[in-house]
Amino acid sequence: MKKNKEYNRRDFIRSGMRLSLALSLGGIGGLALRKHTSEEWVWQIDPFLCNQCGRCATECVRNPSAVKCVHAFDLCGYCDLCGGYFIPDPIKLDTGAENQLCPTGAITRKFIEEPFFEYTIDEELCIGCAKCVKGCASFGNGSLHLQIRHDLCRNCNQCSIARVCPSKAIKRVPASEPYLIKGNFTRS
Amino acid sequence: MNKWSKISIILVIILISPVVLAQQRFPKPEFESEYTQPSPTIPEPRSISLEYFDIFVLLAVLTVAAWFILKSRSRKGLLWLSVFSLIYFGFYRKGCICPIGAIQNVALSFSDPGYTISLIVLAFFLIPLILTLFFGRTFCAAGCPLGAIQDLVIIKPLSMPSWLRKPLGIIPYIYLGLAVLYAVTKTDFIICRYDPFVGIFRMDAPFHMVILGISFLLMGMFIARPYCRFLCPYGVLLSWMSRFSKWHLSITPAECIQCKLCTTSCPFDVIEEPTKEKIEPGSRIYLRRFILYALFIPLWVVIGGYTVSRASVILARANQDVYLAELLIAHPELREDPDNIDIQIFLASGKSMETLVEEAQVIQKNFRTGSWILGGFLGLVIGVKLMNQVIFRRRNDYEPHRGDCFSCGRCMDYCPVK
Repeated sequence: MKKNKEYNRRDFIRSGMRLSLALSLGGIGGLALRKHTSEEWVWQIDPFLCNQCGRCATECVRNPSAVKCVHAFDLCGYCDLCGGYFIPDPIKLDTGAENQLCPTGAITRKFIEEPFFEYTIDEELCIGCAKCVKGCASFGNGSLHLQIRHDLCRNCNQCSIARVCPSKAIKRVPASEPYLIKGNFTRS
Repeated sequence: MNKWSKISIILVIILISPVVLAQQRFPKPEFESEYTQPSPTIPEPRSISLEYFDIFVLLAVLTVAAWFILKSRSRKGLLWLSVFSLIYFGFYRKGCICPIGAIQNVALSFSDPGYTISLIVLAFFLIPLILTLFFGRTFCAAGCPLGAIQDLVIIKPLSMPSWLRKPLGIIPYIYLGLAVLYAVTKTDFIICRYDPFVGIFRMDAPFHMVILGISFLLMGMFIARPYCRFLCPYGVLLSWMSRFSKWHLSITPAECIQCKLCTTSCPFDVIEEPTKEKIEPGSRIYLRRFILYALFIPLWVVIGGYTVSRASVILARANQDVYLAELLIAHPELREDPDNIDIQIFLASGKSMETLVEEAQVIQKNFRTGSWILGGFLGLVIGVKLMNQVIFRRRNDYEPHRGDCFSCGRCMDYCPVK
């Protein structure tokens, strides 16, 4: 008889605790649901905040980085002397490696018509170091800029670049609008 | 200073002035030849329906695991299910998002009005907890890729004495508390940053993370599931749920014959022996000790809060803003250092030192409050754990400890009773 009583008490405590734990879980869920989104978040770089510090190339969990240079052709001046393509004081304005700013030679320069050239990024080679972005922002229109490429991004819960970004340019954006490409996206 | 840098400075000044901002420095040419301008490619992220499919997979895995544990009592089934979870959530989904890390998203959503939590993350956080309340730690048994990879490498588990196991069991509480503190102060997601196995799942993580993961696995050959037992912060929540779960794995399907075979089967030392008849329950000395320990709990809370609050300045240093402010105050000469990117970009941003210091002070204040709460929580944990030591629970058979048991099912396999 005594044994029975003891077990009943234990069961009572257990179901009481279970109920209160369930209620607190419900409470947490309910509070979190007050402000929620049915969408997923992805990480993206705000090109207007980016300072081209170069950490995107080194801090990403992926190697090479999921951050690549993107060319907003709408903004490009198609210059012969491109600040993003050539090192400062190039020996000659040609495709020689000694004149190129990009450490991996990821920018292709193509002649269109006198005196205009088209510059495209080979994303296979791009490491996201932002050297060209810096050059283009300093001497050109700023049409070259960094973006996180979502076919490569692991969408880590905590972006390891965002943590160390000195200008806090990496933020969460809704997955339905995953890019902040200059031209379409303007500084608000 | 060469010509180019002079030009660049002038151009930067021009760029900053808002009048010039509207128009481009070099307007886009109007081409005479047949030139079609390419548009930048935008590879899409993983589709949202696939993310919802992950929730479905998690639910399915946990339900099947509960069936294997409670109904079919199949260790083999659980093993293969955990291999599936390892492949799907680990190697295919690369370990993100996981319920362990989701703790931080939930914490952040409560503190940051600018952050809205995604339903997917919330579901990943809640589903394993709710199911544990009914079936025990099914998530640890077969749903967790981190647990699965450690479970597979257990070769020769050594039994750990309880004087070592119990104090080490405090670490997950500390880790949980710190993770929540750093998440609510918008500082860092430490659980994700120091996840030892994500480097293995991704195969391309930084070197030190891969080393950490491999050393955990090597350790795990002899100390079974070290991350789960002595670090996992989500395990703390799961063990609270599991302690009071409606159903739980039982070692034997019928009457226990006290053969003790199961005690050697458990690599985690969580099978508890039947209580000896000699000890008399309800004896006066136990009651007195129980009351004494219960009365000590508020003291533990205050001691804990005070101790951790002493460390709040150090804890706050992990925050980038606080770190920068302290660095600039302690070493003003670093303003001249062109290699310090953080300082240079701060100086270029035009934000005043006063604003930075003010912001840092607010964060430090939050850390002070937070560390009192964290310390109080840890004190409470220690107090309750000590009190639990003197609570007498009668056991007639060999039973798994409900809170700490991962429901891996090894003991069911060993039990000769069919």
